[in-house]
Amino acid sequence: MSALSRLLPAGAVTLLPLPVLAQEAAPAAAGANVPAIIMFLVFVGLTLVVTKWAASRTKSTADFYTAGGGITGFQNGMAIAGDYMSAASFLGISGLVFVSGFDGLIYSVGWLVGWPIVLFLVAERLRNLGKFTFADVASYRLKQTPIRILSATGTLTVVAFYLIAQMVGAGKLIELLFGIPYLYAVILVGVMMMIYVTFGGMLATTWVQIIKAIMLLGGATVMAFLVLWTYDFSPEALFRTATEIHPDNLSIMSPGGLVSEPIGAISLGIALMFGTAGLPHILMRFFTVADAKAARKSVFYATGFIGYFYILTFIIGFGAIVFLMNNPEFFVTTTGPDGTVTYDMKTSLIGGTNMAAVHLADAVGGSLFLGFISAVAFATILAVVAGLTLSGASAVSHDLYYSVISKKQAADADVIRVSKISTICLGIIAIILGYIFENQNVAFMVGLAFAVAASVNFPILVMSMFWSNLTTRGALIGGFVGLISAVTLVILSPAVWVDTFGNAAAIFPYNNPALFSVPLAFVATWLFSVLDRSQDAENEKAAFGPQYVRSQTGLGAEGAAAH
Amino acid sequence: MTEYAYDRIQENPKFQALVKRRTRLAAVLAATMLVIYFGFILLVAYAPDFLGTPIGNGVTTIGVPIGLFVIVAAFVLTGIYVWQANTTFDRMNDEILKELDQ
Repeated sequence: MSALSRLLPAGAVTLLPLPVLAQEAAPAAAGANVPAIIMFLVFVGLTLVVTKWAASRTKSTADFYTAGGGITGFQNGMAIAGDYMSAASFLGISGLVFVSGFDGLIYSVGWLVGWPIVLFLVAERLRNLGKFTFADVASYRLKQTPIRILSATGTLTVVAFYLIAQMVGAGKLIELLFGIPYLYAVILVGVMMMIYVTFGGMLATTWVQIIKAIMLLGGATVMAFLVLWTYDFSPEALFRTATEIHPDNLSIMSPGGLVSEPIGAISLGIALMFGTAGLPHILMRFFTVADAKAARKSVFYATGFIGYFYILTFIIGFGAIVFLMNNPEFFVTTTGPDGTVTYDMKTSLIGGTNMAAVHLADAVGGSLFLGFISAVAFATILAVVAGLTLSGASAVSHDLYYSVISKKQAADADVIRVSKISTICLGIIAIILGYIFENQNVAFMVGLAFAVAASVNFPILVMSMFWSNLTTRGALIGGFVGLISAVTLVILSPAVWVDTFGNAAAIFPYNNPALFSVPLAFVATWLFSVLDRSQDAENEKAAFGPQYVRSQTGLGAEGAAAH
Repeated sequence: MTEYAYDRIQENPKFQALVKRRTRLAAVLAATMLVIYFGFILLVAYAPDFLGTPIGNGVTTIGVPIGLFVIVAAFVLTGIYVWQANTTFDRMNDEILKELDQ
């Protein structure tokens, strides 16, 4: 039996409190669970030390939101990679390659191509104009209250959908890897992220993300290395063996059914490409560096790390085919009356196909390496949810409380207190949502988060930076048109209308709305800006000149906070 | 004072030249990325057999290096922009800001 399958029965059926579970699980899981738990505890211990150190340095709002602006370009590149590479992309894409081969590559490419767009259109100007959140930029010359409310709505919507997907995935994964019941796993993730963000703010979050990026890139590199080593570093030899073992044989080397329908694929591509440049937790990272030059460098490093990581997942997926598919111990098997053992190579992997990378760790590196990769998966989830929670908390405290409610009059200490309270509220909400959505299909939610980011945050951000005739009215109407159309079309899509609500046919045929909602948002923003003939609109247009000079030259930009 | 500085910069031909060059480079690189990525998606949708063509006598198909090319292209395009910005745009920007002090 594989190490993971040995521990599964213990975790899968027990719903007892933790200490009891640990006792019960101990004999069955002794081989696998222990290294995973030890390495997980080492990670938690290390991150708590970092959080304690960060807490002693987190005093002002600038410390809390941006780590004082003292992160270097390279560190921020690492942290962005740690913020962006989720357990879903690590386990999901390698699992997709395991099942469909080449199709996994098509998918992973989409998650990378947004990064050059972030650099070319957004990163430097964002750093030059903003302070803590992207709403600082969107509302730079427009009316504070409506634009902050719109930006905070966009931020919180993206964060909510993203968090639900992460929490449900985290609960399932941790239940499987560590034998902890789902609810406890979700609470554990929620409490850890609350500790990081509440006490350590952006500095702790950044270092959790950097440590996670190193662990994930290191673990994936070792795994890909061990796979290629077996084949004398010849990918051709690896692919050849895979085509001999995989039930679909040679067709795993060609595009299969993933992109059978071009409109849907293009719509998803638009959401990924422009949504990346509208993700609030990613945009927030650009305020942690000293200037536009460091912001620009951080995208370059992040693109390199993320691209490298996706190449590794492709090798890992093929490694899983050659190392796992011929070994019944990794599969749920049925024994026929004549004693023959049968299993479906593509669907009956223990724990589901998303576990391909985890089983592969066991196959190439033994239970110690399995433990390490399990801890990596946990660390990955924590780093992503911490970044999401911090950006949600900053939307509430900086955009809504400080800018809208207190009219920028609130004292630093009050704003920090509101940030911490919102962090704890968001953590509790995330735990509750994670619990409610346990048995729902949440796979579409990350796609939806990207679609909302591309349809709300991206248009207002880009228009405010590049188009002099943007007015408050145009931005407000355009942003809400993007938000409402994106969410409505997703509700009417096959993923929700058919799969979740059980209707016979979808009203909107595509699972991703971006192809329609993004242009709609841009057109509405343009139209209602052009039609706006008020005196306020004239003043807003006149204020573009100075903003443009600042965005291009960095003159007057927020400096790094003094320490 | 700051308003005055912004006005002066905006009228500086060097500023206009910098913005023009940077905007053009960013637009060209962004367009290149769009063409490469959506070209790849359209190949997947309309020419899967082409991507499935084996290279030589192997099982590796032409789609594998093309997919890897898209990933590497994203990295190289960001590299080109960063290199241009570090060498040219930063210098032009510094000159514009220095002229303010004169």
